[in-house]
Amino acid sequence: MKLWLKIAVSVWLTAVIIAGIAFPMMRVPETWYHFPFIPGLEEKARNIIFHVPISWATVVAFVMSMIYGIIYLKKKDIDYDLRSVSSASLGLLLCVLATVTGAIWAKFNWGSFWNWDPRQTSIFILLLIYGAYFVLRSAIDEEERRATLSSVYSIIAGVTVPFFIFVMPRIMSGLHPGSLGDEQGKGPVLEFKMATNMLMVFFASLIGFTVLYFWMYTLKVRQMRIERHVQQITDSQ
Amino acid sequence: MIALTSYHIFVKEFVSEFRTRYALNALLMFVVTTLSIILFSIGQESPSSDVLSGTLWIVIFFSAMSGLSRTFVAEEERGTSLTLRLLVNANAVYIGKLLYNFALILVLSLIIAVAYLLFINEFGVKTYEIFWLTILLGSAGLASASTILAAIIAKANTKGTLFPVLAFPILLPLLLTCINATKLATEGAFLAEAMQEFQILISFTVVMIATSFLVFDFVWKD
Repeated sequence: MKLWLKIAVSVWLTAVIIAGIAFPMMRVPETWYHFPFIPGLEEKARNIIFHVPISWATVVAFVMSMIYGIIYLKKKDIDYDLRSVSSASLGLLLCVLATVTGAIWAKFNWGSFWNWDPRQTSIFILLLIYGAYFVLRSAIDEEERRATLSSVYSIIAGVTVPFFIFVMPRIMSGLHPGSLGDEQGKGPVLEFKMATNMLMVFFASLIGFTVLYFWMYTLKVRQMRIERHVQQITDSQ
Repeated sequence: MIALTSYHIFVKEFVSEFRTRYALNALLMFVVTTLSIILFSIGQESPSSDVLSGTLWIVIFFSAMSGLSRTFVAEEERGTSLTLRLLVNANAVYIGKLLYNFALILVLSLIIAVAYLLFINEFGVKTYEIFWLTILLGSAGLASASTILAAIIAKANTKGTLFPVLAFPILLPLLLTCINATKLATEGAFLAEAMQEFQILISFTVVMIATSFLVFDFVWKD
């Protein structure tokens, strides 16, 4: 990644975090930096600027890992496996963060840390899939075999994910906005009555976290390449 | 051609199974053990049908997990996988093993279901059509997902514990839908009311088989 982009992301995300935490919430917004007061969410609404982009980045990481897995199966170049596993390990980190920020939010808005809401359940499944993926990887010694089998597993796991979208709402009613049975918001999470300035900060955060993910991803890939190189040298000696 | 070869693979699985009857005997004992644990733990209580339809699928899931992984692992243990790879088309191997797994799990879940109905009096099924269809489609779904996973874990080092760990997140939508459909059967719903559950089960099975078909070559030829 280019140096200017790294500096830009750092400044960008710092601004987003400051805006997200420090902009006051007013019942009647007067200037551009006043967030409106959302009934029911109150100050807790700030979490949307952090929790939702992290969850989004989790999904991006998972999809990227799966795509690189597919490319690996086609080209049989071990570098794609390094990319796939780098993305997956970042995805696991982001998934834990999304779960924790979500659980904290749930505690203060819905009354308990865990409610088995459909979306909480799907993030839990995603955690299980990531966990199983790494368990599978650690159970295979041979490099190429490990790459092939874990790619296959991530594809198999990837195709079951859409089923949760249909299955979960039938099992349990949702608490997230946009769930079945939620009258006001029919669409996804963004259907919130968010004011323009809050929406701007939200999208800025979305972009910021996505670019941050790519930065971390490139670092992780480089680290994995070096580790593999060192391993090869020590093996040959 | 592929159909004939798959049939031969299917027959081969049966013949090699009935030579030792290891899997079948072990699985029957597993079913007896788990069912008696459930009976002991229920004791004098009368749990609701909701809870009992959940435990029914727990029993089916874990007996499937202990039985279905054998198909490919046994091949590696006996050292016959190389011969099979040389002689037979990979797709035929997949279809043959899938059919065998399906037959095995269907027989197994039928035994479990009948035993469940006989021994657990609180478990009253009102719509038998829904119940048996759920057992049939659920078995197909379990077989579809676990065949490819069995092929994966046959190549790994620690085979025993890995299978349920890998299978659980993938099979969860299937299990939840099966439990839901079983609940409907105990509540006495009409067959049409369970249609959506059946649609989910069928599409899950189709998607799983189609995906496995695409990726099986990579696992098998590895």
